[in-house]
Amino acid sequence: MTEFILDGKPIPFLPGQTIGAALMSAGVTSWRTTRVEEMPRGMFCGIGICFDCLITVNGVPDQRACLTLAEEGADVHRS
Amino acid sequence: MSTDLESISSSSIVIVGAGPAGLAAASTLTAAGRPCVLIDMSVRPGGQFWRHPGTDLVLASKTKENQGHHHWSAFTQMRSQLEDAARSGLLDYRPGQQVWAIEQDADKHFLLYLTESVRSQGAPRPAPVAVSTLILATGAYDRQLPFPGWTLPGVMAAGGVQALLKSSRVPAGLRPVVAGTGPFLMPVAAGLARAGAEHIQVCDANSLTGWARDPWGAVQAPSKGLEGVEYAGSFLRHRVRMRMRTAVVAAMGDGRVEAVRLARLTRDGSVIQGSEWEIPADLVATGWGFTPSLELPLALGTATRVDTDGSLIVDADPDGRTSVPGLLAAGEIVGVAGAVQALTQGELAALAALSDSGASVSASRRRKLHSRSRRGARFARAMNKAAPVPQNWSSWLTDETIVCRCEEVTHGVLKQMPTDLDAQEPRTLRVAGRAGMGMCQGRVCGFAVSCLGHREGGDRVAELTSLGRRPVAAPVPLAEIAQTPSQLQISGTGAQ
Ligand SMILES: Cc1cc2nc3c(=O)[nH]c(=O)nc-3n(C[C@H](O)[C@H](O)[C@H](O)COP(=O)(O)OP(=O)(O)OC[C@H]3O[C@@H](n4cnc5c(N)ncnc54)[C@H](O)[C@@H]3O)c2cc1C
Ligand code: FES
Repeated sequence: MTEFILDGKPIPFLPGQTIGAALMSAGVTSWRTTRVEEMPRGMFCGIGICFDCLITVNGVPDQRACLTLAEEGADVHRS
Repeated sequence: MSTDLESISSSSIVIVGAGPAGLAAASTLTAAGRPCVLIDMSVRPGGQFWRHPGTDLVLASKTKENQGHHHWSAFTQMRSQLEDAARSGLLDYRPGQQVWAIEQDADKHFLLYLTESVRSQGAPRPAPVAVSTLILATGAYDRQLPFPGWTLPGVMAAGGVQALLKSSRVPAGLRPVVAGTGPFLMPVAAGLARAGAEHIQVCDANSLTGWARDPWGAVQAPSKGLEGVEYAGSFLRHRVRMRMRTAVVAAMGDGRVEAVRLARLTRDGSVIQGSEWEIPADLVATGWGFTPSLELPLALGTATRVDTDGSLIVDADPDGRTSVPGLLAAGEIVGVAGAVQALTQGELAALAALSDSGASVSASRRRKLHSRSRRGARFARAMNKAAPVPQNWSSWLTDETIVCRCEEVTHGVLKQMPTDLDAQEPRTLRVAGRAGMGMCQGRVCGFAVSCLGHREGGDRVAELTSLGRRPVAAPVPLAEIAQTPSQLQISGTGAQ
């Protein structure tokens, strides 16, 4: 089983799935908090246009979880 | 022209978008021996329609590559032809690259500025490309209308739900409500049913009998009819519930969607008093048709018009020529009309580019394509008539409903936007003025904001253009803005 790490917690994925897909599959529905109202956000448009699903991957901030492929051992953090 | 431009062969044609329209254009051009560059944001060809997983996931998920797809053989034929063309050097295919800005230089070359769609640390940034003939086939994205609770996780664009299924084999929910309007809701519900979702409800704000308003148009698209029959069968098997003149008027839950409120609607979209009820749900997949991706044509000053579905589209001739010489457009950006129509238009635009550069093009081939394209346009008009955005949709909003997701601007604040310039209350304006200025640059809220701000007798082309024109077509890191296109005014909002 391939896994990446979300804030210390292993998340399984199938090779070729995006980080967003793997998170949703694992029951994680949000990974960002909004600036003004501090509300949870996760995946919305699914195709890289809405920027709701931003996440930090291997130190690179503001990656779109719906476009970024999951990789074994990747270090992923909520933003 | 700046010096770090990548020079490509002067006879080359650049195509942006590898969906049905862009692929048809690329295969037509390469079949005629014309070199071309095909740039696409996605890592695999196919666009929104033929989005599919890579071989690794096909194997790991024990599914077929073409699961849930229509006209798949048309795709694989083009794909293998293009693979051959890439091997022989005729096609330069650039997956995973996004055009974030575009301009024309003094010599009328189009300059395309590129960025990787997924950045990795330390990766070199792609050099800008200059070309004199450009085909834009950038497609569309789901059109959205806000409703109370739509910012809760578990509310997703219907197309996004479909994309997740098609590319990652993940259902976004197992107890979904698919809502909005139009025939596209059906494949989304069918895909979720196949992936194991139960108690699926499809709510269309319009009534399917609307199709009968232009029966001639509807029968012109026989393949859609067949797909309809297929969905009817699948819906019976999976006990999918279809509800007409019904909308999701609110989503509720603690940190994510747990329930939705449905309501029966009148013809103009007003809620019928006392008709509301609540059901449990873990997903709302919502879409109100599609919004064409017009940022690149708008940046080039291309003439536009408003289509029968209320979308701003490129005003092109039947061959896809736009008001800008050398610039052609195909697919959803010249009118949302489905994948089959996009294929026809892609081929037409490629033939126009060939003939404009002096190559001979078969007149009968063009005639056949023109008549196919007229039939497709007719079908689209029928579809638009049957599935309009309900006039009174904003009556579902409360003052607290967020309209602009990025900047968290509520309906209440937008309503206070004074119509009279002298009466402007500065804070309201400042807050309301942020609507459409967030990370997505108004792609998600733009249509809704333009409707809410619409004034009696207002010019829709101007209203939609002001929300559709963006300093950059995609947010890019500051380092890339350093290769600033000369005529662009970078306002700083582009940086991530
Ligand atoms: C999310 C989604 C899912 C859909 N699913 C279905 C479905 O299941 N069934 C159905 O019948 N119809 C579906 N549709 C409608 C269908 O996709 C269209 O009818 C059809 O794909 C239009 O073809 P096209 O070639 O015009 O555009 P598209 O297929 O949208 O292709 C456009 C391509 O251009 C790329 N692109 C856009 N801008 C840039 C840029 N600046 N730089 C680089 N590349 C860029 C996009 O990434 C995309 O790959 C869907 C639409 C969406 C938005
Ligand atoms: S939703 Fe308004 S700018 Fe993104």
